[in-house]
Formats: sequence, structure tokens, C-alpha cells
Amino acid sequence: MHPAVSVIFFTVSSGAGFGLIFLLGLGFPVGGGAGRAFLVSLAGGGLAVAGLLASTFHLGHPERAWRALSQWRSSWLSREGIAAILTLCLFGIYALVWMWTGARPALLGALASLGALVTVFTTAMIYAQLKTVPQWKTPLTPAVYLSFALASGWLLASALGDRAGAETGGIALVLLAWALKAAWWVRAGRTRLSDVGSSPETATGLGFIGRVRLLERPHSGENYLTREMVHVIGRKHARSLRRLALLLGAAVPVAILIVVALTGAPAPVNLLAALSMLLGLLAERWLFFAEAEHAVSLYYGNR
Amino acid sequence: MTSLPATTEKRLGLVIDLDTCVGCHACAVNCKEWNSGAQASPLSDVDAYGADPSGAWLNRIHTFEVTPADAPAQIVHFPKSCLHCDDAPCVTVCPTGASHKRSEDGIVLVNEDMCIGCGLCAWACPYGAREMDPVENVMKKCTLCVDRIYSETLAQEDRIPACVRTCPSSARHFGDFNDPESNVSVLVAARGGIELMPEMGTKPVNRYLPPRPKTKAAPRPDPARPAASACAATPKAEGFLGWLDAALDRLG
Repeated sequence: MHPAVSVIFFTVSSGAGFGLIFLLGLGFPVGGGAGRAFLVSLAGGGLAVAGLLASTFHLGHPERAWRALSQWRSSWLSREGIAAILTLCLFGIYALVWMWTGARPALLGALASLGALVTVFTTAMIYAQLKTVPQWKTPLTPAVYLSFALASGWLLASALGDRAGAETGGIALVLLAWALKAAWWVRAGRTRLSDVGSSPETATGLGFIGRVRLLERPHSGENYLTREMVHVIGRKHARSLRRLALLLGAAVPVAILIVVALTGAPAPVNLLAALSMLLGLLAERWLFFAEAEHAVSLYYGNR
Repeated sequence: MTSLPATTEKRLGLVIDLDTCVGCHACAVNCKEWNSGAQASPLSDVDAYGADPSGAWLNRIHTFEVTPADAPAQIVHFPKSCLHCDDAPCVTVCPTGASHKRSEDGIVLVNEDMCIGCGLCAWACPYGAREMDPVENVMKKCTLCVDRIYSETLAQEDRIPACVRTCPSSARHFGDFNDPESNVSVLVAARGGIELMPEMGTKPVNRYLPPRPKTKAAPRPDPARPAASACAATPKAEGFLGWLDAALDRLG
């Protein structure tokens, strides 16, 4: 699949934003007055909104985006839009009350947390629902999206908030998320189109005669299908990108967290761990799209 | 509404005969011509006469080579357009309701004024039946020429999809799959119509008629002469040629 920069940025940024909202809603300790409350809420809401805005850039008609809120009965994309807006509204009110009164309404916060969880889940289900991409169609996909959102949100929260010993939880969450991703990668390696029984033979129905091979494409140049679904250029640097994802997304953040925990360095240093993880997740998300094999490729010589 | 109808009154669709298709692309060209001048927005091209032409088409003709285990390869031209699936995943994923399946005749359509161009429907389709229009930025797909088949101004013989009307080898047939007496149902029953990628669970309406078996048994390679390929087995000559053949054989 074509790795669209807007969608990669959207899933990483809004994942971290909703992860932070989830933790704040559950009462992640943040000291200081209204100023700190504003800053932390802005970070969570800002990342989520920035991601959502980025996602509209890949639309052909962003001015009609409001229409996407109508088909929640059948469409995960529609559900995502609704969940995101409701969550941001709930969290906005929560943050206002927090700044105004200094008190954090527990029920409202819990609702915003639930909304954040649902939003990230719906984002993941947009991909996990697609039978045409067997590597995506697994409960591991939402598990990975949720755990990355939680881990990156926790790193942000540990940097901006005041939870003593948050580094230990951060290390655990980062390792858990990458363990799930490792399982996802192993499964993806074993779940190519050929592994689920799709081939040029089933695509053409001609397998009963013999082996099927594409002799000539229908068109001389590229088209929407080959650019979007039969995209293979993005796989060129898969190995080095995977190493980069693991280095920036796992090794560097864990090392920073260990140093902070051992030396008692000020919590804001954890921001470096969060930023590094987000960079690593951009590489991970690039591969999520670039390495995915779509059924249409079977009509274009893939096997 | 992007929920699918449980059943549709008619199930209109195409039967494509892979035995008679000659791969001339006339169906694709006429499709492009009709849909570029139709009521909805035109089917656009970018740089059509330049170095890097690209554009949206609703019908594409692939050419495959099929090689049996014990016979020479054969060529199969393979036109591919929307299969108007009963269980169309492109419809249910649509967030706006632009993509829909009609309960009266089962045609899958896109309401272009409601399409936001997110492309998710094209991702959900295993057949590559949907293409984003590079100029209009909305999703385009085969409409089964809904503006022809119900037309009251076109001549009766033209009230069929443009691809079917133009096919010079009569490889394309249009009809109602719900009617067991229809031309398409009869063809599918008689020739064993194929469903594409049944494992994807889309329940496509369109069917493909497989190439007929070759009339002669395919020549088998002679184990005594491993160098001779299967396709080069020499037929036995009779009469004078047969005598000459035998005489030359004796000479060595």
C-alpha cells in the first residue's frame, strides 16, 4: 500500500494525543495551577487535533468531511470521526473545568478516557477490517495501535506531569507495545496473500487450467491502482527502517527512562524519550503501509 | 445509506466470455467514451497525450498466460470491471453514504456529490474496480451504464451497457441474474460461470465463462526424444509425404 505521509502522521500524532487524554482523564497527577493544566491539556488535545487535521489532507474533498459523520452504522471511518469529535468535546470541557476551578471532575474525565480508547480502536479497525490486506486483518492490529498510543501518551504524561516513578511504568508500556508489534510482524510475515489462499489463479478463476502469469498489463503507464495498492517502492528500505523504528521507538526511550529513573534527573527530560518514540513510530507506521500486500496486486503480477 | 440491502429485486450484471474475448480493448474504449460525456462528471485523464499519461478507467483488460501441467501455455484476455457484489465491502466502509447498492437492481453506485475522496472503498475492493478521478477527486466506478439501460430516448438495442453494445466478438452479456431464464443465467449454467476470488467473501454478481477446453488432446512430450518440446511434436504424414518421410528416416 502507498504510505501517505498525512495518514502516517495522523495515526502517530493522534495516537499519542488520545493516549495522553486517556491518562489525564483517569487522573494522571499533574501539579501546579491553571497554567500547567492548560499546557498539558493543550499537548493532548493539540496532538489529537493536529493528527485529525492532517488526515483531512489526503481527502479529495476535505470541505465535505462533515459528511463522514453519517454512516456510523456500517463504517469504521465514520465511527472514528464521531468518536474523535465527542472525545475532544468531553476533554475540552474537562480541561476548562480543571483550569477554572482547579478540580478535576472524575466522571467527565472517565468518559473522555473511554472516548480516547474508543477513538484509537476505531482508527485501527479501519485497517483491521480489510480482507483485501490479510496482514492487517487481525485483532493484533488494534492491540498494537492501542498499546503504542498508551505508551507514547504515558511518556508525554511522565514528562509533563508529576507522577513519581513514572519511568518504570513507561519502560513497561514501551516494552509491552513493542512485544505486541513483534508478534504482529511475525504474523504479518506468515500472512501473505498466498498464505490465505489468494493467488493469480483465484483472482482470475483460471487455476483449474494451470498456472496463471500476467503477460501484459492493461495500461502502458501507472494508474491509481498501481500507485495506491500495488505500491512497492516504499519497501526498498524496509530492513533499515525497521531497525530505525526499533532504535528510536524502543531502545532510545527505554535508555533515557532508565537514566532518568537512576539519576533522578528532572521529569521533563522524559520529553526526549517521548519525541524519540514518536519518530520511531513514524518509521513503524511507514512500514505498516508500505509492506502491506493488497489483493489487487494479484492482477498485476504479484504472487 | 452504506448498509447493504439484504436482497435486491433484480441482480443486474455482466457475463464475460473468456473463450471469445479477443483482447481488443473496444469495451474499455467505449466505456471511457460514454462515461466521459455522461450526466455525471467526466472520466478524466491527466497528460493524455504527454509523456506520463494517467487517468481513470472503469474497465481494464489484462492479458494472462495460463500454463497447464501437460500442455503448452495459452493466452487469456481478461476484462475486469466492477462485479456489483452482493456483499460489497466497498459500500459498507464508506463513511459518507456516497457509495451505495441499490435495492431495486443491485447496482453499486457512487453519489459523486457526497464523495469525500478518502479512497477507503478502493482499498476494500479486492478487484481494483474503483479508481480515483485525478481531476474531480472523487471515486469513479462502473455504473453498469445506469444512464443507458433505463434510458427512454435511446433506441431499444442501445439500452445495454456500452461495453456490451460495442464488443465485436459478443464476449460480453448483460442481464438479470435473479431470473433463471435470463440470457446471463442460462450462459452461467451452461458454461460453468466462474466467481472471482470467492475467498474474499464478496459474492460477486458478474461471472466469467472459462475458455473452452482445447478440441484436441494436448500432445505429450515424447520421453524418447527429450529435446523435442511439447509444442513441437510432429504430426504423422500420409501418402507420398509419408513415403518420403520414411525414406529420409532410413537415410539417417
